[in-house]
Amino acid sequence: MANEKSIILKIQRQPGPDKASFWETFEIPYRKNMNVISALMEIQANPVNAQNKRTTPVAWECSCLEEVCGACSMRINGRTQQACSALIDELEHPIVLQPMAKFPVVRDLHVDRSRMFEDLKRVRAWIDIDGTHAAGPGPLISPHRQALMYILSRCMTCGCCLDACPQVNSRSPFIGPSAISQARLFNMHPTGAMHKDLRLRALMGPGGVTDCGNAQNCIHACPKNIPLTDSIADICRQTTRLALFGSLRK
Amino acid sequence: MIPITATAEHTATDTVPVHFKLRKLHSLFGIIPVGLFLIEHLSVNSLAATAGGERVFNAAVGVLRGLPYLIVIEILFIMIPILFHGVYGVFVTTEASVNTGAYRYGRNWMYVIQRVTGLFTFIFVVVHLWNFRIASMINPDLHVTFDLVRQHLAVTWVMVFYIAGVLASVFHFANGIWNFCVSWGITIGPRAQRASAWACAAVGLALSFIGVNALLAFVGKALIISI
Repeated sequence: MANEKSIILKIQRQPGPDKASFWETFEIPYRKNMNVISALMEIQANPVNAQNKRTTPVAWECSCLEEVCGACSMRINGRTQQACSALIDELEHPIVLQPMAKFPVVRDLHVDRSRMFEDLKRVRAWIDIDGTHAAGPGPLISPHRQALMYILSRCMTCGCCLDACPQVNSRSPFIGPSAISQARLFNMHPTGAMHKDLRLRALMGPGGVTDCGNAQNCIHACPKNIPLTDSIADICRQTTRLALFGSLRK
Repeated sequence: MIPITATAEHTATDTVPVHFKLRKLHSLFGIIPVGLFLIEHLSVNSLAATAGGERVFNAAVGVLRGLPYLIVIEILFIMIPILFHGVYGVFVTTEASVNTGAYRYGRNWMYVIQRVTGLFTFIFVVVHLWNFRIASMINPDLHVTFDLVRQHLAVTWVMVFYIAGVLASVFHFANGIWNFCVSWGITIGPRAQRASAWACAAVGLALSFIGVNALLAFVGKALIISI
């Protein structure tokens, strides 16, 4: 438990993308109801490390502060989660902060997650509507299906599942669980289903759904409780069916 | 009609990507024929653990050696699938990493053990083939008999190596069935995956016992002898 007076933060820092990383320890005054973000803000206000030496403030990213934007994902005591919902009172001390390891570091705890946006484009994670005419109300979707689609739609591309996945690393082109789950979401939509095969084919190439190793850390790491392993297995079924029966039609 | 505005990387081609075929073939070969061959092999070995013992085992080996088209069966249904599954499997393993320190979940451990047992089985199979199949090809006077196996397994470290090899290959096969069911989209939800995990565990435990018992039978230490 935290000392009632102060909190120790051990932070893995990196001045820039191509710079070497190093560890720096900070001791900050304890207040009630702090989260990792407010602890980092304390350092920002007074960038002095545990050796009482003045240093540069620690950089990190955050936006919503209510676990819906995904910007503040980082490794906290080795596991990736949002810094905003990581409460100081619930964490083991000293608190170790590291940037996510599967993304290029911009600075300190701030990483570049743009590969996830590219991955969404790769799986065509949108519904094609050209907007030239009123397309009408569209087909009905059963409440049961809506409920599942809602859960899948809560993905905030935060990167936790990629950071927890042993198959996502610098030696592997694996796209990771989140984009696979989004392909499933848009394939479930009656209009989106018109481009089902395009999404599936994108996931049948190198780095696609076949590269999943079934370690299933993603389902534990997802802060939005998205059934990622169901999504992966479901896309496995869809791709298998397309490969077997798509080919046999020709 | 909505125009399909697919850019180059989104363009669907009509053929199934080579990558997909290779991965699926790798997955399939692990079960059929390699997994089935493993079951057949451990079953024939188990003849050593019968009341007939040496005589029954040697007779069965004789039947197998006398199979028509044996060389074709061996190359097509055993050699090529094992070679492909093994070599491609080693390639797949190079894309893995280990994070069981931070994520101590059963499945994450199974992921690591699947790769470790795969690599060990690869080495084991090479040594095992060298000892028996290739040795008897080089030296026509050398026949694989109960007595030859007994001589090998009488050496303690060889016995330990063989027990490890059987356990590794059986684990890899049983957990591989579980993986196969996921990657072919047979078991999707957690309940289905849990059920298949129990079934695969049962297969794994049964084959482990059968395999190890047969090895021990060659040195007269079988746990169970069937009459």
